[in-house]
Order: sequence, then C-alpha cells, then structure tokens
Amino acid sequence: MSIRKLWDRHSHSPALFIVFFVFMALLPTLLDLGKAAGGGIAWLDMLNKIGISAALALSLNLILGQTGLFHMGHTAFFAVGAYATAILNTLYGWPVFHTLPVAGLLAALAGLAVALPIIRLRGDYLLIVTVGIVEIVRIALTNNIFDLTGGANGIYGISRPVIFGMVFNTPKLQYYLIWAFTAFSVFFFYRLEHSRFGRALCFIKADEIAAAGCGINVALCKLTAFTLGACFAGMAGTLYAANIRTIEPSSFNFYESVILFAIVILGGAGSIAGVLLGSFLLIGLQDLFRDFQSARMLFFGSAMVAMMIFRPQGLIPRQGGPKLACEIPLLPAPEQLEDASKGDVSDGKKDGGRDAFPA
Amino acid sequence: MEELLHQLSNGLALGGIYALIALGYTMVYGILRLINFAHGDLFTLGAYLGLTLLTSFGLAGHIQAGFATALVLIFSMGLVALVGLALERVAYRPLRGSDRLCAVVSALGASIFFQNAMMLFYGARSLVYPPGILPDASIHIFGAELPLARFLMFAFSVLLMCLLYWFIHKTRLGAAIRAVAIDPNTARLMGINVDSVISLIFFIGPALGGAAGVMVGLYYGQITYDMGFGFGLKAFTAAILGGIGNIPGAMLGGILLGLIETISSAYLSIAWKDAVAFAVLILILVFRPTGLLGERVADKI
Repeated sequence: MSIRKLWDRHSHSPALFIVFFVFMALLPTLLDLGKAAGGGIAWLDMLNKIGISAALALSLNLILGQTGLFHMGHTAFFAVGAYATAILNTLYGWPVFHTLPVAGLLAALAGLAVALPIIRLRGDYLLIVTVGIVEIVRIALTNNIFDLTGGANGIYGISRPVIFGMVFNTPKLQYYLIWAFTAFSVFFFYRLEHSRFGRALCFIKADEIAAAGCGINVALCKLTAFTLGACFAGMAGTLYAANIRTIEPSSFNFYESVILFAIVILGGAGSIAGVLLGSFLLIGLQDLFRDFQSARMLFFGSAMVAMMIFRPQGLIPRQGGPKLACEIPLLPAPEQLEDASKGDVSDGKKDGGRDAFPA
Repeated sequence: MEELLHQLSNGLALGGIYALIALGYTMVYGILRLINFAHGDLFTLGAYLGLTLLTSFGLAGHIQAGFATALVLIFSMGLVALVGLALERVAYRPLRGSDRLCAVVSALGASIFFQNAMMLFYGARSLVYPPGILPDASIHIFGAELPLARFLMFAFSVLLMCLLYWFIHKTRLGAAIRAVAIDPNTARLMGINVDSVISLIFFIGPALGGAAGVMVGLYYGQITYDMGFGFGLKAFTAAILGGIGNIPGAMLGGILLGLIETISSAYLSIAWKDAVAFAVLILILVFRPTGLLGERVADKI
C-alpha cells in the first residue's frame, strides 16, 4: 500500500491523534535529551504558544470550519476569557484554575449575546460584524471599561495555576497543562463532529435550506455552535493568561484574529488534523522567523493568496464531509457558463435578488 | 453653535473621504459580491505615493501649490489604479467561480501583503506631509470661523462623486457596469465583456481610494502604513450604512458616518470614537440590513 493511500485512510482516524498526542507527551523529554546533546532554543515556549493557538483554532474550527459561519472575531472571546481569569485572580484572589469554568461561561455568554442578533446575516456581513466586535472589545479594554481592565497597560501579576497542591511554574509543567487541554479539545471536537449535532452542522454547511427542510433547527444549531466555540475560546484564554501572566489589550487585536482564521482555512476548514498542522506551521514558523519581522508577513500574505488559488481545500482537507456544491460562488468562470445546462451557474435570486446601482 | 458648526464641517470633510473609499468597496461588492479587504491598503498606498511624488520632485517649490497638488493627485490616482488592476488579475481573477470564502481569504492575504510591503518600503513610523499646501484661509459662517481646507476637501470629494455618478449613469461603459451588476450572465450574453468591466471596476475604485489617501495626507498631515485598516473598515461600514452595492448609498453613508463620528467624539467621548462607528455598523445590520438605500443582506431563517 502506498504512503499516499495509507495517509488518505488514516489522516483523520483517532489512532493518528493518539499517536500524535503520545508523541507530544514525550516531546519535552526528547527535548531535554536534545539539550544535553547541545541545542537550546526556547522550544518549550514556542510549543506552549502553539498549543494555546491550536486549542483556540479548534474552537474557531467548530464555528468557521464545521458550521461554515464566517467568524473573524474569535480573539474577542479569547480576550473575555483571559481578562475574566486575570481580574478574578488579581483583584479577588481566586486561584487561576477555579476561574477556568467562569472564563468559559462568560465567553459563552458573550458569544451568545453577539450571535443572537447577527446569526441570520449573510456570510460576509457576519464576517464584517465580527471584525467590528473584535475592535469594540479591544477599544473597551483599552479604555479601562468598568475600571477593571487596567487600560492600555493591561493586567500583570497573574499567579500560577495550582492543581492538587502542585504549582505549574516551569515552562515544562505549563506545557503539559496546555497540551492536556489541547488534547481534551481534540477529543471533544472529534466526538462532537461525529455526533448527531455535528452531522447537523455538516448538513447546514452543505445546504442550509435542505437542512431546514429536514427538520433541523438551523438558527439554534448555529447559535449553539457559536456559543460552544466561544466557550472553548474563553477557556483557552485562561490558559493564555496563566502562561503569559501579563495581558494587555494589544494582544487581542484584529491581526491575531486573522492569523486564527488563516490557521483554520489554510489547515483545512473543518478538519481537526488540518487545524493542528496549521497551528504548527503558522505559529511555529512565525516564531522561528521572528528576525525577519515584516518580510515574513509579506510571505505569509502571498502564501494566503497562493493557497486559495492552488489548494483552496487546505493542507489536510476535511474528509467524509459533504461536497460543498451549494455555496454561492463568485461570478462563474467562463468555462462554467458553457456547460450551463448542468445548472451550476450562480443564480442571482439565491442571495435575495440583486438590484445594484438603481437609477 | 460655533462648536457644532466646527464639528459639522469637520464631519463633512471626513465623510467625503469615507465616501470615496466606500465607493470602491461598494462597486466591487455590487459586481463580485466580494469584500475587497485590500482596498483600505490601496488607499494607504495612495497616501504614500502622493507623499513620494510631492517631496521627491520638489513639486511644491517649483510650481504653484494648487497645480502641484492636482498633478500629484492625478498621478497617485493613476498609479494606485494600476496596482488595483494588477491585484484583481493576480489575487481575484483566478478565484472566480470558486467558493466565496476563498476569495475573502485571498483578499485578506493581499491586504497583509500590501501593508507589510509598505512597512518595509517606507518604514513603520508615521510620515508627515509637507505643511502649507492646503490654503490657510478661513471662512465665516454664522459667526463661526471655519478653515477653508475642510470645505475644499468636501467639495473635491463631491466633485469626484459627481463625475463617477455621471460616468455610471450617462456613458455606455457605465451602462455596461450597471448591467453586469444586475446580472453578469445575461450581460455576457448581450455581448458585454464582463472581464473588462470587472477590470474597469478595479481601476475606478482604487483610483478613488488613492485620491482619498492623498486627501487624508494633505488634510491630517500624518500617514501610517496601517491606517488603511481603520479607514477601510469604517468606509465599509459607510457602504453598508448606505446600502451595499448602491453608489449614491455609499456617498450618503460615507458623509453620514463622518458626521456621526465627529459629533459623537465631540459630545460623547473621544476615546470611544472608533467603537461608535462599529456600533452603528452592528445596529444597521440588525435593524435595517438593507442599509438606507439598498438591497437585502439578511437571509431569513
């Protein structure tokens, strides 16, 4: 059996995830061995960053990749979680770990509040509104809303998480904590994808009208997915606050949202393995090429364009999902017009009738 | 009263700029249904090109300031328009007919590319336009002394908008653009070259955006490589406010948003001025998704 076939068969199987996480669990030990042999970049810090981004991107994947909602404001919920942890910890003295559910809950509530009015908007309007929400949250945090967020300087001095008397104070212990959460996220979202609810989301992404026709409560499913994704983003925020220990509004800007968006799309929308790979590539490479600050972003921008042209389905495309034949395309390409008899030409009426440029 | 007049005139000047940028968004969206995220960066590019032309040739020293400014405006508009054409060819045309999300991501990538290219080329610090190009005079209205420059800005953007309106509604090419916006497939059957109409759109839109960039440089004096994001997002808000895909709507929306922003920053809180624009965006999408003059954007579920 060729490697290609082997990969196609197993790239989304649970076994691969188990192998991956076993490897990740052994990695610090391997790195220690490597260090003894002489090496010494702050690999663990980088891996911690990747782990948090992976958890965050997995939660965005539920909304963007599996449900197909164009959501580009995920850092807003991440920020809610991180600030909830920071405020409860520094002002009220809660142990960091106890703030985890609260952060998740608050982010979920924020997600619900945001999603309720806008969930019905057409794709790219949803996108622009969520961009607006990231900006509103950042401005609110910078302006020291409720006198709790510490303004532009943010909050510092967040304590280390303690579980059963064990203090997670070294990068290595942090690493285990973060990657345990990421592993849990993978497990959760994998099971979710294969549940009744996950299949409903899949259907909605493929064809909303048909899904509604089959008795799926489309609005409710979308809302649930959005809220659940926001909840996980909030919990990732707790981990971030506990890892970095100083948070400031500028870490939650639009740009970070774009990176997350790109992780999901470039990795493969709806594909958990793809999202993991995307986090490694985008966050890891960014960290490694830190010295080439803007040249690296130049490359990143061109890579996004090139990927969309040459491999729009992402690095590890989702498998078993529906073929997305029903999304409204941009203008049909000329060659598509020629086989109009097949009926795959975009139908102007589908998106509500257009009467642009009226006299 | 005087304060109010100041804010109103300021809002008109700013609103004219928003409207010019919004036209680029709305025309592209009207035809391709694509949010051209890179448009804000083309606007910034216009500001930088204008500055380069203005300073590197020492134009302002040799010939009359007004004439020099006009030259700089025309050249920056032309150059930005060419970049816009190239952008469409490279980043958007190969994606026709594919998933809309792909086009959005491609637009984001192009935006990141332009932003960082400008940062590499011009540096990360803000640059300053040479002062004294716009006339220093003021005019008196109802006892308030208002800078003439604001009215010049507004008048110039209105002039450009009138030109565009005339072009879209009174010329054959304009008719072709309208036809493609209504139904590209039928337009193609009627013998309209849809590709060249789209190219035309990506010529006119960035030209207007480039003009807005030079105007921002002249009026506010300071430009930064990342200002396109804020201006672009607000201009897009303006386009939605007026009704996306609708050209008079973009003009109206831009001017309204400029007024809302200056007045709210004067009477509410300056720190929240950007948030107000986005709050307007969300409110308009929730309560009147068609915009003031436009089409439906929310699908019923």
